[in-house]
Amino acid sequence: MIEAQGLTKRYGDTTAVDNLSFSVEPGKITGFLGPNGAGKTTTMRLILGLDRPTSGTVTVDGRPFSEAARPMRQVGALLDAKAMHGGRSAYNHLLCLAQSNNLPKARVSEVLGLVGLTDVARKRAKGFSLGMGQRLGIAAALLGDPQILMFDEPVNGLDPEGILWIRNLMKALAAEGRTVFVSSHLMSEMENTADHLLVIGRGKLIADCTVAEFIAANSQLTVRVRTPQQDLLAKLVATAGGTVRENGDGTIVIAGLDPAQVGDLAYENSVRLHELAPLHASLEQAFMELTASSVQFRAGVPGGQDANGPAAGAPAGGESAEGDQVLVGEVL
Amino acid sequence: MAMTTTQIPMAGAGHASSAHIGTPTLAGVLRSEFTKIRSVRSTYWTLLVLVIVTVGFGALASFGATRGQHGPLFDATQRSLGGLYISQLVIGVLGVLVISSEYSTGMIRTTLTTLPRRGLMITAKALVFAVVAFVTGLITCFASFFLGQAIMSSHHIGVSLSDPNVLRAVLGGALFLTACGMLAFGLGLLLRHTAGAITTVVGLLFVVTVLVNFLPSSWQDHIDKWMPAMAGTQIWSTIPSQGQPAMFAPWTGFAVFCGYAAIALIAGVILFRKRDA
Repeated sequence: MIEAQGLTKRYGDTTAVDNLSFSVEPGKITGFLGPNGAGKTTTMRLILGLDRPTSGTVTVDGRPFSEAARPMRQVGALLDAKAMHGGRSAYNHLLCLAQSNNLPKARVSEVLGLVGLTDVARKRAKGFSLGMGQRLGIAAALLGDPQILMFDEPVNGLDPEGILWIRNLMKALAAEGRTVFVSSHLMSEMENTADHLLVIGRGKLIADCTVAEFIAANSQLTVRVRTPQQDLLAKLVATAGGTVRENGDGTIVIAGLDPAQVGDLAYENSVRLHELAPLHASLEQAFMELTASSVQFRAGVPGGQDANGPAAGAPAGGESAEGDQVLVGEVL
Repeated sequence: MAMTTTQIPMAGAGHASSAHIGTPTLAGVLRSEFTKIRSVRSTYWTLLVLVIVTVGFGALASFGATRGQHGPLFDATQRSLGGLYISQLVIGVLGVLVISSEYSTGMIRTTLTTLPRRGLMITAKALVFAVVAFVTGLITCFASFFLGQAIMSSHHIGVSLSDPNVLRAVLGGALFLTACGMLAFGLGLLLRHTAGAITTVVGLLFVVTVLVNFLPSSWQDHIDKWMPAMAGTQIWSTIPSQGQPAMFAPWTGFAVFCGYAAIALIAGVILFRKRDA
């Protein structure tokens, strides 16, 4: 159980984490979602005691992690696959970690087998691929057989097989009753793995709910229509209780009515339709709408200066919902 | 690559029964830090260079001594240990690297998330390095001494370990190297940056000593003996310095030198415990 109360971290004038209060509970995967620069890594560093909060507190099982009696038994963390000395072999890397916590030496070989690195155990980590480095980082996190696991962007840069492997691992760990806290800027990734979501933007908590609740609350079915009789249709839609927005490309987007209702409405009133298309708002889109104003680095805003208005190039209305893997931070 | 994990064994698997399993102790962290220092190549390279340079230069200096006439102030022990002037820097490089590589590689984040008690971690790291430096120093200084004396004995200017102050000077060489290493370790911990810390070590051990020469000579008498290199090197000479400016006695000088190392270390540790990692 991880609990944060009013957690705040400032670096000079920049507020990286702004008054966060949340709890991460055992037995499920809690997704920690937000665009790049939203404060996810900083929050994790605060939980682990790498950074000190400017104000507020964060505890792991009731006490600050820096006072943990058996740190590796309590928390296993993968912050960064490269957080190791490249000149050291995989085996020695894990051995020095195990020794510092008085964990049995046999455990090192066990976790190497668990992540499939037994064959390269004596090789120096320098020569490892990103995927292998990630596995070694996960092996380190699993060494102490901890109750809480924290992964910061674990699927970043992995191939599909590696992504699947990590997903299954996290699910298995949560199924064993452990606390799994995983960050990502990929909504689609969370859709597949997380049970619970914490969404942050600009260091602030935007949502704290289940994935299902998040979809229900934040996504809306819309219909795109092309018609030569826009004004007439708009009036009809408004009377029927829907809303209309001009799309700029000659089409309009209707919300509040489903495609069948729109089609029937047009047919009954002899409005000619040239196009009628349902737009499925995905979780990705909901996430982007929710965080659009909280993305820290935007194209066209030099030096990442703050601008609270709608971002240039930000997904303003959610036109195409097809892109399954939109990397929020990188797209902007 | 194919692997689906369904369970993480261990918790009950027999070996988790002992009470201290999972609890960091000084003994465990010392083992951990020793594994760290022995499992990277830079340690071996640096120590190898240290031994070769010290013994090699000492032999050369001893050979040079056989080519001249010497009065009563000739210090055969110090001559054979002359390589320490170079190897103080080599041990300094290792002292910096031992801690700065944690930062340059990012390992520090893993180290501190697996062992958040920073005081324990840094104490163990410093102790392990001090022991490695002292043992290497002992081997190096005795090898330099015996080789040097063997070279000089043919001209009957050599000394033996049982002569006055000689054993103290040879052991002192090892102590001096250890203190140099700890000074560098402290600076590495303060600066967390390899190049910056090494530059500072060179500055403290060499440059400030040279700069003192540009001061008025009446000042030099008061300042020179306080320079780290001047204070520290007294411990490995057997004959008190007679000239001007005056120097500290061997153990006093060494204590002054250790004082500098202690300042760097203490400041480093205080910051280490406070700063974001």
